[in-house]
Amino acid sequence: MAGRSPVSYSSGGLATPRPGAFAGRPRSLLTRAFARNSALRSTDWILNAAMAGLSAIGVLLVWSATEPALRAAGLNPRAYMEKQLAWVVIGLALMAGVSLLGGRRLQALAPAFYGATLLALVAVLSPLGSQVNGARAWISLPGGFQVEPSEFAKVALVLMVGRVFSESRRGVARPAAVPGLRSVLLALACAAPLLALVAIEPALGGALVLAVVAATMIVLSGARLRVVAALAVIVGGGITAAGGLHLLKSYQLTRLTSFLHPHAKLSAAGYQAAQAKIAVGSGGMFGTGLFHGQVVAGNFVPSQQTDFIFTVAGEELGFVGAITIVFLLGVVIVRALRIAARADDLFGLLVASGIAVWFGFQSFVNVGMTIGITPVTGIPLPFVSYGGSAIFADMIAIGLLQSVHRRRRVFD
Amino acid sequence: MNVSSRRRLVLLYLVVAAMLITLGGRLWYVQVMNTTTYRNLAEQNQTRDVIVPAVRGQITDDVGNRLITNNAALTVSVDMMELSRRPGGAAPVLRRLAPLLGISATVLAEETRQCMRGVPAPCWAGSPYQPIPVAQHVPDQVALQILEQRAQFPDVSAQVQPVTQYPEPYGADPAQVLGYLQPITAQEIKSRHLQVTGFSGVDLVGQAGLEAQYDSQLRGKAGTQVVSVNAAGDVTGTVRQTPPVNGDDLVTSLNAQVQADAQNALDAAVAKSRSEGNNPRQAAAVVMTTTGRVVAMASYPDYDPDVWTGGISQQEFNYLFGAGSGAPVINWATMGQWAPGSTWKITSTVAAVDNGYPLGGSYDCPASVNIGGHNFINDGNPSEGPMSFTEALIQSCDTVYYQLGYDMYLSDDTQSNDVTSPNAPVQKMQKTELAFGFGQPTGIDLPEENPGSVPTREWLYYYWKDNAYAGQDWCKYGKEYGSYVQQIEWQDCRYGNVWEPGQAAIAAIGQGYVTVTPLQLADAYAALANGGTLYSPRIGEALISPSGKVVRYINPPVVRRLPASGYTLAYIRNALAGVVTSGTAAGAFGGFPLSKVCVAGKTGTAQVYGTQASSVFASFAPCGDPKYVVVAMVPDSGFGADVAAPAVRQIWDGIFGLEGHNAAVPGGAVPSALPRITAAGAIQAPAGYTREP
Repeated sequence: MAGRSPVSYSSGGLATPRPGAFAGRPRSLLTRAFARNSALRSTDWILNAAMAGLSAIGVLLVWSATEPALRAAGLNPRAYMEKQLAWVVIGLALMAGVSLLGGRRLQALAPAFYGATLLALVAVLSPLGSQVNGARAWISLPGGFQVEPSEFAKVALVLMVGRVFSESRRGVARPAAVPGLRSVLLALACAAPLLALVAIEPALGGALVLAVVAATMIVLSGARLRVVAALAVIVGGGITAAGGLHLLKSYQLTRLTSFLHPHAKLSAAGYQAAQAKIAVGSGGMFGTGLFHGQVVAGNFVPSQQTDFIFTVAGEELGFVGAITIVFLLGVVIVRALRIAARADDLFGLLVASGIAVWFGFQSFVNVGMTIGITPVTGIPLPFVSYGGSAIFADMIAIGLLQSVHRRRRVFD
Repeated sequence: MNVSSRRRLVLLYLVVAAMLITLGGRLWYVQVMNTTTYRNLAEQNQTRDVIVPAVRGQITDDVGNRLITNNAALTVSVDMMELSRRPGGAAPVLRRLAPLLGISATVLAEETRQCMRGVPAPCWAGSPYQPIPVAQHVPDQVALQILEQRAQFPDVSAQVQPVTQYPEPYGADPAQVLGYLQPITAQEIKSRHLQVTGFSGVDLVGQAGLEAQYDSQLRGKAGTQVVSVNAAGDVTGTVRQTPPVNGDDLVTSLNAQVQADAQNALDAAVAKSRSEGNNPRQAAAVVMTTTGRVVAMASYPDYDPDVWTGGISQQEFNYLFGAGSGAPVINWATMGQWAPGSTWKITSTVAAVDNGYPLGGSYDCPASVNIGGHNFINDGNPSEGPMSFTEALIQSCDTVYYQLGYDMYLSDDTQSNDVTSPNAPVQKMQKTELAFGFGQPTGIDLPEENPGSVPTREWLYYYWKDNAYAGQDWCKYGKEYGSYVQQIEWQDCRYGNVWEPGQAAIAAIGQGYVTVTPLQLADAYAALANGGTLYSPRIGEALISPSGKVVRYINPPVVRRLPASGYTLAYIRNALAGVVTSGTAAGAFGGFPLSKVCVAGKTGTAQVYGTQASSVFASFAPCGDPKYVVVAMVPDSGFGADVAAPAVRQIWDGIFGLEGHNAAVPGGAVPSALPRITAAGAIQAPAGYTREP
């Protein structure tokens, strides 16, 4: 184990090797930190750099998005930026902590995390929860803080489903065996309450992310294709039935379809989509520069510091800035996939790929809805959108990725 | 680790790659290829063109007394479009608002409902998208109360808006001459290419009178301000602006004091006539210089022009436009078409002389003449024997003119009388009447004016065509053996287009088909008085720019010379002086200081079937060198000498300061110079004249 070799200082007369001959020499903290298999050297620095870049851009964009309105209201124009910065710092600490946990520890902790998240999601629906924009998605904490458990549900889902499929292997003779129907159903059983609780908040976007992540993890678990196909049929039938029974709230349907014809009727969702496109499109190649966006200053795009933060990038940083963000997101996702591919066990593979899908789906839908290719749903842009819970969940996910990365297979 | 997991992971790579490429491509398309489109959209989003209204010009009288001023006032308006969308509708808010503004909830509800088919008159005629002004000159406290209690008064705003005021110097209220402003309609915006602010209280357009006639000069040119706004529509700054150019002021030749005198004289005349058991519903008086400038124009009944501000109620509307009240909104001085009676004889005299009858000749005045089987009597008088034109005018002998009308009918182109064609030649006598300006609009600078009627063959043809040709009323109601009216209608249905001797005779004394407007009569007498120049009258004297410079002088254009020699006109003027000293007006002018100001005039009493006689008096003064003409017409009131002549006397008193009246114009002369209006808005009366203290 790195940095913990036993050092003997026995003073017997036998011609034994000189004490300390085989022991590692006492090494400085710095040396240890850069030791061959130290936490630092086994960290995916490209992933960290991309994550840090996105977070930094996010802090700047949040600042620029909220500065005019705060200034106009006579408030501290850096209030949001400072909070976001604080969350990023706390998030980094969380990430570091999580990255040090080993695979077994993570698997062991999964049920506890899962249970806590479920409890929080139930609490949201109780009088403890507070309603914002028509959704009961937050728990108010003393000191004006609000926690959004649906963000942590993503972490819980990834860990729990990963654990379900990994456990199934242990009792079986052939480790490489295909997970059976039992595991798949168990995974579904774990995912379903999370999904349901998030969906009834209602946070349609969050529920969609959970569904896509769960589905992808089941597929990647190696389950037989006919099991996957059967599941797809059942889920597809369920969605059709939900549509038929009008289980989707009408605004949800409106949001889902308004992107197809944003200018047709300026409903709230259509307006948001149209304004978002105007903001992004008016940025041009190089943008107006931070703090110079007119659409931003005029607050034309609702939720421009949270779900629609990408419009601020589009207008103020132009195509160059926007494509940089997409590139950095791409780096994060591809590194996550790479970690998944090199994971030394199925748990690692599933957790890393689940996170990749989570980030990938959120990025695509979030950026897509500002440029008119995906429907408007309440999904934050990873690392960039304003919001503590999302930042924490994203950072924890990076921590998980780093943890998996440390135990990568050296040889394929 | 099974193989399928890794194989499937490869698929995920592909999916991720596809997503990233899609995003990148779409970003390129939206941001780089369509920058201009979205920049334009953003620009539209973020800026609003705000029209800055110009301050409307004021209208003054000849010495600079303000008849109309425009200034800003705190105005409460209601956005009904938004308000009616609220749960519970607009009614509860209006009920709360009404007592605050001191008006009844019913009136407020009427003023704020949208005009449409089936909605009776007091309603909002402007755009439904515009806030409707419901109260002006609101006290600050009321405005604050409204603005602070947003929950109680949603969509109700209080802001400073331009307001028109009518100071009524000396009590002068020429409401019908000044006209009124109304919210601009969508059609007017389109046809006149006017810039509008979108606030109903500001986007007004002159709808009648001088306000309409000089609207484009008075309204000025609106400025534009391009402002940046945020998503909530709050203005965040000014991008660029062009300032408004305020409207020109209009100086008129109206004299507030004379105007007030004329109004009072009409009121007194109507009251007098009523006390005698008659029921005149309308009356008008016109005071003109002999050079075609209108000094006063009074129309009875009058109304308070303040009713126009903030929308009118059903009650006000009924009063303004109702026949029962005499339709005060109508300027009867230019719109009334009434029989001139014997005041018309000046044209018949000129026509006779023009057609070879000697001016110094002798004409028989029998008790009656028989023309075309009808007896035409000299109204209540016995035979007077032969007399001169002077005597005929002084005594107002009808039979002299019946005979002249008939004689000229006989000597005329009689073949044309039966021809039913608009191209038939004009009769001899009617030609002269047209030359005096009758039967056609005078062309005064007011948008509403009736032409009166001179029964030319062409006029007769159209009159018949409008009423009988295709079986209209005359033919429908006419009966060969019915009542008097039915017999005439039966006759007219068949022969209404034929110029008959009886019509020629009766037209010669200003009755029958002859009608004139009070303005036409005044204008014709002005031509008689000034030696034969017929002007198109003008009320406006000059337009003065906001900087105080005269933009345009407005002079009454000459229409034509009368077909009469100076000698003939002097002869008639002399005869009309006799009317006042020893003729039909001698009684009405009994005790009038003619030695100070010699007044000449002619009475007129037109019998109109089914009503009381119309009372008319047309006069000018001073006799030797006439400067002014005063005309009064009071239909349905009694004899000219009884009603109109005393009214005219009262107006002369006012002009020259006689019989205990204050002189309206010092030295009996209206100012020849314009009042000075400075850029700061101060007004200086012309030298030698004073404004209302």
